[in-house]
Order: sequence, then C-alpha cells, then structure tokens
Amino acid sequence: MTTQVVDAAAPGPGARGRRPRARGGTRHWYAWAMCAPVVIVTLVLVGYPLARGVYLSLTDATEANMGRTIGMNTIPSTYEFVGLSNYAGIVTSAEFLTRLGWTVTWTVVCVALHYGLGLGLAMLLNRPLRLRSLYRVLLVLPWAVPAFVSAFVWRYLLNGEFGVVNAMLRAAGLGGVDWLDDPLWAKVSVIAVNVWLGVPFMMLALLGGLQAIPRELYEAAEVDGATPWRRFRHITLPGLRPVAGTVVLLGTIWTFNQFPVIYLVTRGGPGGSSEILVTYAYRQAFEGIRNYSGSAAWGVLILALLVVMAVVYRRALRTRGEAW
Amino acid sequence: MRRGISAAAVAAALALAVSACGGEESPRQAAPASDPAAVSGQVTWWDTSDATNEAPVFQEVLKDFTAKYPKIKVNYVNVPFADAQNKFKTAAQSGSGAPDVLRAEVGWVAEFASLGYLAPLDGTQALDKPEEFLPSPAGSGKYAGKTYAVPQVTDTLGLLYNKELLKKAGHDAPPKTFAELKQTALDVKTKAGADGLALNVDAYFLLPFIYGEGGDLLDVAGKKITVAAPASLAGVKVVEDLIASGAAAKPAIQDSYTNAETAFKEGKVAMIFNGPWSNTDNLGGAVFKDKPHDFGIAPVPAGSAKAGSPTGGHDYAVYAGSGDLDASYLFVRYMASAETQARIAGKLGLLPTRRPAYTLPEAQANPMIAKWQEPMAAAVERPWIPEGGQLFQPLLEGYQKLAAGQRPAEPMLKDVAKAYQGLLKGWSL
Repeated sequence: MTTQVVDAAAPGPGARGRRPRARGGTRHWYAWAMCAPVVIVTLVLVGYPLARGVYLSLTDATEANMGRTIGMNTIPSTYEFVGLSNYAGIVTSAEFLTRLGWTVTWTVVCVALHYGLGLGLAMLLNRPLRLRSLYRVLLVLPWAVPAFVSAFVWRYLLNGEFGVVNAMLRAAGLGGVDWLDDPLWAKVSVIAVNVWLGVPFMMLALLGGLQAIPRELYEAAEVDGATPWRRFRHITLPGLRPVAGTVVLLGTIWTFNQFPVIYLVTRGGPGGSSEILVTYAYRQAFEGIRNYSGSAAWGVLILALLVVMAVVYRRALRTRGEAW
Repeated sequence: MRRGISAAAVAAALALAVSACGGEESPRQAAPASDPAAVSGQVTWWDTSDATNEAPVFQEVLKDFTAKYPKIKVNYVNVPFADAQNKFKTAAQSGSGAPDVLRAEVGWVAEFASLGYLAPLDGTQALDKPEEFLPSPAGSGKYAGKTYAVPQVTDTLGLLYNKELLKKAGHDAPPKTFAELKQTALDVKTKAGADGLALNVDAYFLLPFIYGEGGDLLDVAGKKITVAAPASLAGVKVVEDLIASGAAAKPAIQDSYTNAETAFKEGKVAMIFNGPWSNTDNLGGAVFKDKPHDFGIAPVPAGSAKAGSPTGGHDYAVYAGSGDLDASYLFVRYMASAETQARIAGKLGLLPTRRPAYTLPEAQANPMIAKWQEPMAAAVERPWIPEGGQLFQPLLEGYQKLAAGQRPAEPMLKDVAKAYQGLLKGWSL
C-alpha cells in the first residue's frame, strides 16, 4: 500500500532527477577520482581524530585504563562507555563558567584591539608615506617571530623584579608593576602580548582590503564635500566588510584557542586566574595520569562553542547582505 | 577549526593508532647477562640534569662506561627536567621514541610503574647490592612490592643563608625555628640593608612549613587527605605570617624559583630554601664567587613538631619496551654504583644514595657533601603513589593565591583538599 503511494507520487521528478545524475557519474568519473586523495587524506587526518575524540569523550578512558603491552608489561583495557557524564561534570563545575567568562572576555577584548589597531595602522600605511616599506616590515615582524619565542621574551621582559619593563618604570621614577603576579595585571599582560602578536595579521589583511576599494569612490565623495569621517564611515568600512568579516571570524577562533600565549607567559597563573578554556583542558589532560576522556570532552565542548559562534556570526553577516 | 579538537584527543587517537602497530621486536641479546663485558647493544639515556652545570660531568662518566663496555653504545640525550615527564609518557605510551634508560624524579616512578612503562628490576643486573641504599630514596623506586628504579641522587631542602648578611644583622647562627626565622629575617631587613627571606612560591617549597607543624598532604596508610587538617593549616599560617609581617620579601609568583635564587646569589636576600642541586649555581653567584665560606647551609627551621623537608632526588628507571634490556641493566648498574655516585658527588656536590659512597675519598673531597648531612637528617618521605605527581598543581595554585593575598590559608587549603578528593578516589577527608 505504502510503496504504491510512494511510487505513484514519485515517478515524474524522481525519474527525471535520477537519469542525469547517473550519466554525470560515469561521464565525470575522473573528477571523483581526482578528488579522492584529498577526501581520503582529510578523512584520515581530520575525520578520524575528530570521531575518535568524540567517542573518547563518551567514555571514562584515562592513561591508566587504556590497554597496552610494553615489553613484559601488559595492561588490559578496562575503560567503559559512560554517556554524557563527562559533559555533565564539566558544565556543572564552578570552574567551567569562570573559565568561559574569562575566555570570552579575553577573546572579545583581544579581537577588538586587533581589529581597531590593525585598521588604524593599515590606514596609515595605505597613504603615500616615506619609508613605507620599512614600516611595513617592522610592523609585520611580531608575526614572523614564532609565538612561543615571543611569549618567552615577554615573560622575561615583564618579570616583576628583574624584568626590563619594570626597570624602565623604576628608572623613570615610577614604581614597578606586578605584571604577571597580580591577577588583574596578569590578564592585562597576556592581552597585551596577544595584541602585539595578532595586530600584524589584521593589519596586512585590512591593508589588502583597503587597497581593493576603488579610489574613484573617495574622489567622488570628496567632490561631493564629504568629511573624512563620513568617507571612512560610508566608504572604507562598508568596502572592508568582506575582508573584515572573514578576519574577525578567524581572529576570534584563533584567540579563543590561543594556547601558547597564556600557557607560556603566565602558565595560567597566578592561582589559575588567567587560565582560558584550552589551557585548562590541557592541564586536565596532561597533568599526572592523563585523562583522555575528560580532555576530549573539553575539546568537543570548545569545538561546539566555536561552531555555534561561527554559525551565528555567518548568519548575522548574511542578513546584512554579505555573501561570505 | 581543526584546532578546536583538543590536542589530547588527537594525541590519544594517534597514540592508539601508533601503538597498534608498535611494539618493536626486541633483538636477541648478544650474550647472556652472566658475562657483562660481552653484552652488546645500544642504550639511549635521557638525562634530565642541568645542561650547563651538571650534564658535562655525567657525560664524562659515560666515557668511562663505554671504555669498560666497548660493545655497548650509549646515546646521550639531555632532556630539560621540566619537559621530561610528559615527553617520556607520550613516547612510552605510543611505543616509539622512548629512551631505554630515564633519569626520573623520585615522584614519577610510582606513576610510571603503575602505567606499565617501567621494567621491574628485582633479580636483574641493574639492582646491585640493594641493601646499601638509604631507605628513603630506595622507597621511591618501589611500587606494589617490586623495584622499578635505582636511586641516583637524593636531596632535600635546606636553609641556605648568607653568613655575612646574618652577621651584620647580629646573628652568628642560622635560625632553628620558624619564630627565629621570622626574627632573623626582620633583623636583616632593618640592620643589613637586604631582604631577610625570599620565598619560592611552589608547592614543594611549602612542604617544610607543613611538615614543621606536624602536617602532611596525605596520610597514605589511613587513606586520608590531611592537607587541610589543623597541623597543615598551622604550617601554611606560618608562611602567611612571614609574608604579612614583611619578614619574607613580597614573593614573585611567576619565575619564583629563579627570582629567589638570583636575589640570593646577588646578595639581595639573606636566606632562601633550596636543595643541593643549587650548590654549583650559588657558589658561582656574585656574592659567593670569591667568598665561598659565606655560603651557609642549615637544616630547614623547625615548627612546633619538628624540622622536616621533603625527600627529593632522581632514580634510574628502565623502559619496559627497551630493545636492549641487558645493556640497559648494566648501564644502570654502572651509573648507580658507589664509585660513580662518589665521583658525581665529588664534582657536583650531589648527595649519593648508597651509604658506602659517602666514605669514598672522592665524595669526601667535596665540602658540600658533609654540609648537607644535617639537612638530610630532616628529610621526610613523600607519598610514593601513582597520583603523587598530581598533588602539586592544586597546592601550587593555592599557594599562588595565598602569596598574592587573594585567599587566606584556611579556605585555600580547603580548596586544595577538595581538588585532592577529585584525584584520589575513595580517600576520606
């Protein structure tokens, strides 16, 4: 009875839809074959660890109960499926909300400063200027230095007693600041270091965007008597929107997961006050007997937060008429 | 986006994928263990000693080993101490890249052994005259009734002081109690123009205060968490008072160890707590370079219960998956022998773990060895349990909050006890 109904309803469009697809499959088989290596590599490198991570997050696997044989020692696998209890444990912990709050603050402040400073510098570099290429090189420098090297250098510069920054402050007759030892200043410090690291990328991306805005628009606006501020608001900002949308999203994801700055500059301290979600998750996983399931759950949660954020952001851009 | 997946999940997945095809075939040993000189093979050794001050001495010892056993090739790798634990675990679990022999901190052995990473050494060439070892370091190498590591050096914390600064403050002898420590430090501050005491904000360095008042982190026999018990609290309150009263200089929280050590070496502070591993570093510092007799070593001051400081040190452990077990055993036997220990003691002032090593002239030639005997008498055995390594992070965070004035001693220790409950299943408060 049911099949009849389906058959009766389907024939027209179904048959029409099916035929070209079958033909396309054989005619363009080489296209599929050429895609295959990428698809397979992506599945192995991205899909498998991701699926494995999600699976682990639903178990109670730790370093102690995952089976292995090393030489004369054999340890049987005894971990079990525990459903969503890892997630429940994390979400209900007091630690999660505190960490999430600080992580969001950190991300918003960092990205806002990245964008603001990056745009300012890009506009300066976008006008004819002597020694422009020298400035450009200097401004890109922080980006060229590996993040961990910068983090170590900053940790040294900001040392309360023997650091260069405090030495300069003291030489100027001001007192030193507990840059890394006071919870509030530690947060300010990591934000400053991350801004230093991230501005070059924003600057370069936005400079590219600025150069793509047609000169004629500015000339026409000038002829019409528009003030610089109006030109900035009505030509520069809208003109940058395609670039800005992408770099802000990228910057948000990077900053949200900016592990080296926090981990190397303050080690999450003092007293865990500058710990963001990823560094906290790392600690859960790699301190003592490794808690694979717990850290996988943290990882999946972080991923989920970012996916939600990205989807909402894209939607917001699209409603404003941007095809991102 | 890929980075959104936790590094751990990826590592775990990769580790599993690798271990599935791992497990190297162990090549047949060239000769039975009964004829040591005929044993051949390759031994990779991860040395975690200080690369500038200590490592050259260990490398020298290696040369003699290869002269004695020409058929054994030793690959020497210096791994920074701070990275070694994680690096070894990752390599050991994945089944590739782990060394044959590791210089493991005493606190790591029980954890590694419980995870199946280490080869039991009872009845092998590695364990030579076990009765000669001092009991506390020997205890660190045992887990569940088997021996998994052979002690290399032992150490503990002592009170290191600048004799000249103390004299200027009117004290000829180092303080013996916490009360005297506070008074001496305050006197140095007012009379000698330097800070009295620099604290290292690190969980390990908090232990002498806790032990001094009769407290401890855990009561292993009774399966009880005692970090927030009244005796432990009394110890932490001593620290709180030292900071509040100004006897201890405002402690640095990041790079605390280096800052305290630098201040001491440069004569900016009169007293610090540190161990024998810092001998070479201290004696090379600005104030002690020309006046080594100004460098004083005393036991940590006592509280109302006793003077106590944690037993530290390093052991030699053999990786269970080593391809050349016999060669590795021989290597450990040689490195842990009384002669080798005495030699290292003579050069670096590190304390041997075998009693006979102390009587050898090479060890006696280093004045530091004798000076550390008294502090060593106050060494307290730590809980040698697999979770031992995890006890420090919660306490470190708590100590940082205390030192920054964010959280007083009592609620801070309660937080730590709560964290320990999460780590130690089935333990009571």
